[in-house]
Amino acid sequence: MSDLLTTSAIGTRQVRLDGPDKVRGRAPYAYEHPVDDPLYLYPLQAQIARGRTANIDTSAAEAVDGVVHVLTHDNAPELHSTEDGELAILRSPEIGFRGQYLGGVIATTPEQARHAAGLVIISYVEDDHDVELREDHPASRTPESGGGDVTVGDVDSALAEADVRVDQRYSTPMEHNNPMEPHTTIARWDRGELTLWTSTQGVHPTRSTLAPILGLEPDRIHIVSPHVGGGFGSKGVPHADMMLAALAAEAVPGRPVKYAVTRQQMFSITGYRAPTLQHIRLGARADGTITAFTFDAVSMSSQTKEFPEEATKPARMMYAGDNRRLTQRVVPLDVPVPSWMRAPGEAPGMVGLEIAMDELAVATGIDPIELRVRNDPDTDPDTGMPFNQRRLVDCLREGAERFGWDRRSAQPRSRRENGWLIGLGVASSTYPAGRQPGSVARIRRTSDCYEVAIGAADLGTGTWTALTQVAADCLQVPIDQVELQIGDTDLPNATVAGGSTGLASWSAAVIAATENFRAEHGTDPATGAQSQGEAQANPAAEKFALHSFGAHFAEVRIHAATGEIRVNRMFGMFSAGRIVNPRTARSQFIGGMTMGLGMALHEKGELDPRFGHVVNHDFAEYHVPVNADITDIEAAWLDEDDPLAGPLGARGIGEIGIVGAAAALANAAYNATGVRVRDLPLFGDAFLPQ
Amino acid sequence: MNPFDYERATDTAEAVAVLTQRPDAVFLAGGTNLVDHLKLGVTEPGLVVDINRLDLAHVEELDGAGLRIGAMVRNSDAAADPRVRRDYPMLSRALLSGASGQLRNAATMGGNLLQRTRCVYFQDTSTPCNKREPGSGCSAIGGYTRYHAILGASPDCVATHPSDMAVALAALDAVVVVLGPRGQRRIPISELHRLPGDHPEQDTVLEHGDLITALELPPPRRGRSTYRKIRDRASYAFALVSVAAMVDVDDSGPKPVIREAAIALGGVAHKPWRAGAAEAVLRGAEPNQETFLRAADAELEAAEPVEGNRFKVVMARGAITTVLTELTGAPETEPDENLEDAHE
Repeated sequence: MSDLLTTSAIGTRQVRLDGPDKVRGRAPYAYEHPVDDPLYLYPLQAQIARGRTANIDTSAAEAVDGVVHVLTHDNAPELHSTEDGELAILRSPEIGFRGQYLGGVIATTPEQARHAAGLVIISYVEDDHDVELREDHPASRTPESGGGDVTVGDVDSALAEADVRVDQRYSTPMEHNNPMEPHTTIARWDRGELTLWTSTQGVHPTRSTLAPILGLEPDRIHIVSPHVGGGFGSKGVPHADMMLAALAAEAVPGRPVKYAVTRQQMFSITGYRAPTLQHIRLGARADGTITAFTFDAVSMSSQTKEFPEEATKPARMMYAGDNRRLTQRVVPLDVPVPSWMRAPGEAPGMVGLEIAMDELAVATGIDPIELRVRNDPDTDPDTGMPFNQRRLVDCLREGAERFGWDRRSAQPRSRRENGWLIGLGVASSTYPAGRQPGSVARIRRTSDCYEVAIGAADLGTGTWTALTQVAADCLQVPIDQVELQIGDTDLPNATVAGGSTGLASWSAAVIAATENFRAEHGTDPATGAQSQGEAQANPAAEKFALHSFGAHFAEVRIHAATGEIRVNRMFGMFSAGRIVNPRTARSQFIGGMTMGLGMALHEKGELDPRFGHVVNHDFAEYHVPVNADITDIEAAWLDEDDPLAGPLGARGIGEIGIVGAAAALANAAYNATGVRVRDLPLFGDAFLPQ
Repeated sequence: MNPFDYERATDTAEAVAVLTQRPDAVFLAGGTNLVDHLKLGVTEPGLVVDINRLDLAHVEELDGAGLRIGAMVRNSDAAADPRVRRDYPMLSRALLSGASGQLRNAATMGGNLLQRTRCVYFQDTSTPCNKREPGSGCSAIGGYTRYHAILGASPDCVATHPSDMAVALAALDAVVVVLGPRGQRRIPISELHRLPGDHPEQDTVLEHGDLITALELPPPRRGRSTYRKIRDRASYAFALVSVAAMVDVDDSGPKPVIREAAIALGGVAHKPWRAGAAEAVLRGAEPNQETFLRAADAELEAAEPVEGNRFKVVMARGAITTVLTELTGAPETEPDENLEDAHE
């Protein structure tokens, strides 16, 4: 294990280095990169959920002024691998979900492309479709990937013998990532080389995924993505939109093709959080000690490509309990392909688990914080390994103090002000502290600074700033002596900004590169001196269960007569290792909490089973939170570092803010009203008489 | 988006004349709804006549009190007008509860009245909709109905009118001034919008070429008034249920008596829903919870919710009683009366 870095820039509240360029409009997002003589793409999408096209008549579209080409499965360029069902587009007339790409129109202006797309006449042979998730669905199966089932002890006997039992079903709906910047790509093929100006959470992983499908050596693909307007997982892997842009560009070699996914297209093309059904049973002794624990989760997946939204994941390690059974199933349906959405697995899984814990607290008459303290395990229940720093109890206790938990009455419906019922709730949070091997950083001394180059990504999270701070401290120079370069496959390889691993993984490369640089060039290097270093896997992961923890607190009000639910306060207390930049870190924490607020109160893709698509597919109908929904939101963290996480001492913070936040709000709503809502979101109607 | 011609009108009569000659022409005011529809293919006009240069953006006091608000006055400006705020606070509140600041800056008074339903199936050309394509069927029935009607709907259409402003105008007995191919006429707001019946494609009684030039508000009435909007999200969300209400209580006798009341509901019908049955119960009655509940129930007796929006009847009842309680200062409902029965 390396020693912790000596910090100078790390831990200071740096403003975003990319901020001034962004507010001046000088930071180019994918669609804004200047290119000569571009063409524009507008897609054709299936209007049935299952079946095939009988005929695609493109003649009227081709006759439109400005239309250069209409792409369909009949004329689409060859693919060299069709293993990935989501990316193997335009291979056949077959349709696996409503909204699936059937082609695209390429024209001189975006208006011409869109107009002409509307003139393409598609006839279908329609098969019966099935888009309805249910627990007893005959197609339910164990997912091909994921952690697998857990069986420890004898849960049935333990449940039978328990003093207190909770046996309930919970659900989370279809949720959509919807970053502010839609998925956008400019693609250009030129003499066998493909350039993609795109919006991605990882230029190198995206290239590795696309290269074999397009039949290109990776070094023939150049991906540029210096600024990303939000991803939340939806830009973690390339989706079909990037493939469509690439194929369109291949059809018109030499010409850049621009494609910005519309908000409505995002609901079927760019991934989403699959809905989950969770059956949880807890058995406990009268003192709250959990003796039996079962968690059976079923999540929706797609016939086109499997993605397990593994709701059982956090339950593997969260609480003690001698007898445990966890099962995870997926039901592949005729629906769009689900994908990563901020804390996949943990975010929905901690909804059911943390509401169930609140129900156990009610059933045992024990304070919800004390109940969690009593069930805090000494070692990881999943692996048996010791934890790095399991400071959940510290987060709960310190958070309770700061939030004013002592003002909560355990009796629901006991606080009413001016027609509003007010309640307080708590929930735990957790997220793995991962670090990925393989990132490479290159450091070069120039005449006036140190260039630090790595193909990392900044999704608006603060990478430009935080990684500069890390590099400055590694080199022991002021941050203005560091010139960071990220977001380009011409830079050394970097792993994805996903799973809260970005900064920890890239920093490991920067630290390694600095060590090599100093070893090779000393402290007074000549101009042009240059070294590389590669991030290794974290050896501590072999011996320790590495996780972050947190505690969410919420105060909600619900109008007794109208059911309206609004939030007075949310407070998150986190243990996430060393915080590199308190300013951008706070933004990430409260950003995650805000997304948890949306998950709790608003977000639900309304998948109409008759048609097979999400019908509330725009920002007027699919609600995300607004400022007026909440009066006060704040995050704080324990002052700590974590040597087991690596020399930086930091764990990732991109996801932990959302995990548990929705449950804290649901638990507060119960405390306010006495109404237990087990299905998200918490629409006001749940609190009205039926 | 279909290609279309564009003309800028400089004179109201000329604008009406242009439209009259072109069955495929539409007026463009703030564009907050029409431009969406152009992009979505919900409407495909051959000619767009821009009326933003017409001289219809004034707020004027009428002889004998009352206010005339030009059709091209922006929603933000109307909401901020000192006369509107002083004499018709319900209207100001309704305007400010609609859409977002940016949209209110663009949206006009006339356009707000004529905005079309936000029914997701109406806005999605890949699903059947009788309002968009008469005879194709109603996809909302049996589908996603959270924002749909519980009053006055038909088997052909359960859409709601989305405006907040229009609900306040209904309670205020506003008059809509229209210039049409056959000259000017004045239409009471309650007669402007239609119920869907078997012609849901017709939102209003206006005919092609009719141009709203102004709204007229009668002299302000005695009493307290407000606008309360119940919605899933605290801003930028359409009403699940909204209530525009004015109540005038006579406190001179031994017991207070409601002298006059005007109530309109939003989010519940194909038009702003004037709650005449509720008003009748309130007039002459003592302002208390029993009266308010009777009034709400009298109005909602006719409610015919569909699968997915039954909660709106209870929500509307709660909204009406809450607003009446606030306006009259009557003692609040006994704590928890509404909820406890169902859940405890």
